[in-house]
Amino acid sequence: MKLEASNISVSARGRTIIHDAGLSLSSGEFVGLIGPNGAGKSTLLRALLGLTPRDSGQVALDGADFSAMPAASRARAVAFLPQDRRVEWRLTAHDVIMLGRYPHRSGFGGATAADRDAVQRAIAMVEAEALVDRPVSVLSGGERTRILLARALAVEAPLLLADEPVTALDPYHQLHVMEILRERTRSGAGVLAVIHDLALAARFMDRLVLMEGGSVLVEGPPAEVLAPERLAKAYSIAALAGAHGGEPYILPWSRL
Amino acid sequence: MTRAPLPYALLLALLAALCFVLGAISMMVGPGGGPAEIMAMIARGDEDLAWMMIGEVRLPRTLLALMVGATLGMAGAALQGLLRNPLADPGVVGVTTSASLGAVIALYTGVSMAFPLALPLMGIVGALASAAILLMLAGRGGMLTLVLAGVAISSLCAALMSLALNLSPNPYAAAEIMFWLMGSVTDRSMDHVMLAAPLMALGALMLMLAARPLDALSLGEETAASLGASLTRTRALVIGGASIGVGAGTAVCGGIGFIGLVVPHLLRPLVGHTPGRLLAASALGGAALLMAADILIRILPTGVELKLGVVTSLIGAPFFLWLIFRARAEFEL
Repeated sequence: MKLEASNISVSARGRTIIHDAGLSLSSGEFVGLIGPNGAGKSTLLRALLGLTPRDSGQVALDGADFSAMPAASRARAVAFLPQDRRVEWRLTAHDVIMLGRYPHRSGFGGATAADRDAVQRAIAMVEAEALVDRPVSVLSGGERTRILLARALAVEAPLLLADEPVTALDPYHQLHVMEILRERTRSGAGVLAVIHDLALAARFMDRLVLMEGGSVLVEGPPAEVLAPERLAKAYSIAALAGAHGGEPYILPWSRL
Repeated sequence: MTRAPLPYALLLALLAALCFVLGAISMMVGPGGGPAEIMAMIARGDEDLAWMMIGEVRLPRTLLALMVGATLGMAGAALQGLLRNPLADPGVVGVTTSASLGAVIALYTGVSMAFPLALPLMGIVGALASAAILLMLAGRGGMLTLVLAGVAISSLCAALMSLALNLSPNPYAAAEIMFWLMGSVTDRSMDHVMLAAPLMALGALMLMLAARPLDALSLGEETAASLGASLTRTRALVIGGASIGVGAGTAVCGGIGFIGLVVPHLLRPLVGHTPGRLLAASALGGAALLMAADILIRILPTGVELKLGVVTSLIGAPFFLWLIFRARAEFEL
């Protein structure tokens, strides 16, 4: 499955936020969307999903007009984990994850065996078995993120868009979430994640898309995208780079 | 652990049984006597009188308490779910005051003297008009726009009601308006029941259609939309359904406060906090609570029978205060 967006432009109150940006995501690949604050990463994701109105541009899913598909079909094809981690009321983790089955259920019917299986798989994937009966409102930030990630995984959509899935997590949980997402792509899903941590992006992701000022500056393999001159242009930083055990790492070091 | 302490179906069955028991009690108590007196009436051949008391006085009263309570409970639960605010109640969308305004205009102009059903009909017109204005103003805006528009409509209607009281030709007319505004199910006929029932059924249906989207909304508007839940549709269903149902109820019985606020609160922990399941449970809970209040005012030896809306507010307002104190402790405000 392939989601392809081209010539996306978005403006709000006369100010251009996204200008002529394009993006693609295929099954099996782990793509990072990077760029400085205010580059338009979240807006681009929302515009792809139709959550923000576009001035122009097309979004196609396997060649068909994605925006014209029924809402439930879109939701079954592309899952979304927004930055907003709020959970209202005292819903249990289990009930929150079950909401991932929303696009698969209809009318007043209860959860089917398939829904329950999908929820169990999602719980197993994020290793949240011990949390399922607790209200999400009392969980720690890391636990909450894992539950909400499980909610997005329970959709079992071929493609997943995640907005800053590792922001505000401690290193252990950052690595855990990155491993879960990479594992999903190795079993066939396509994952696109907005990410600020360049070290994690360089190490885990197959392809990076670097945005700056509402446009896509460059995209390609991490080693190319994170080249010193690109980091200087987009972020105004210099970084240390190296490799450990055959895997690259990068460490932002100084402002330019 | 906030798992629902008892299965959902069992909770609904228990609440329904409670409604049935309260409904039966409601048919048996009040001025005119209990079951013994009624049996005595029948024994001495006064079947017509017995039937009049049961069928024409107590049945409409019981049915209205049941229907209005159910509507208020469900509408409160739905609005709390939509606005994701536990302090929302049907009053926030302005439907109670706008329906009251319609009824007050009927009283003030004297139309209701010439044609008794003009009062509830004008109340319904008032409620529908305010729902239309609200959806036009806030149909695509955020939830804050919705609440502010509701407050504005409410204030305007309250001002116009004060104007009607101010201009009322004699103290008797003013007193009539005041008494009506207090809210009551006393002295209503089956005509009132028949007028309100279809609208309340329609309102309840619209609210039930919003049950699943309301569950999705507990993860925020973006997540809900990404799951395929239409915000615009959900908002229209909840605002429209609550306005039609509560508007019809207010038009027939006047303003009855706090049921829509209190009942969802009491039942929320029992349904595992899910907004969708809270709808049906709050409908049954609201029906039970309002019938209980209506039985209470018939039993209390107050001389003058208290108005139902006065009693629900007397019980509801302190409860509301207690809620605020508890919430303050919880969030350390």
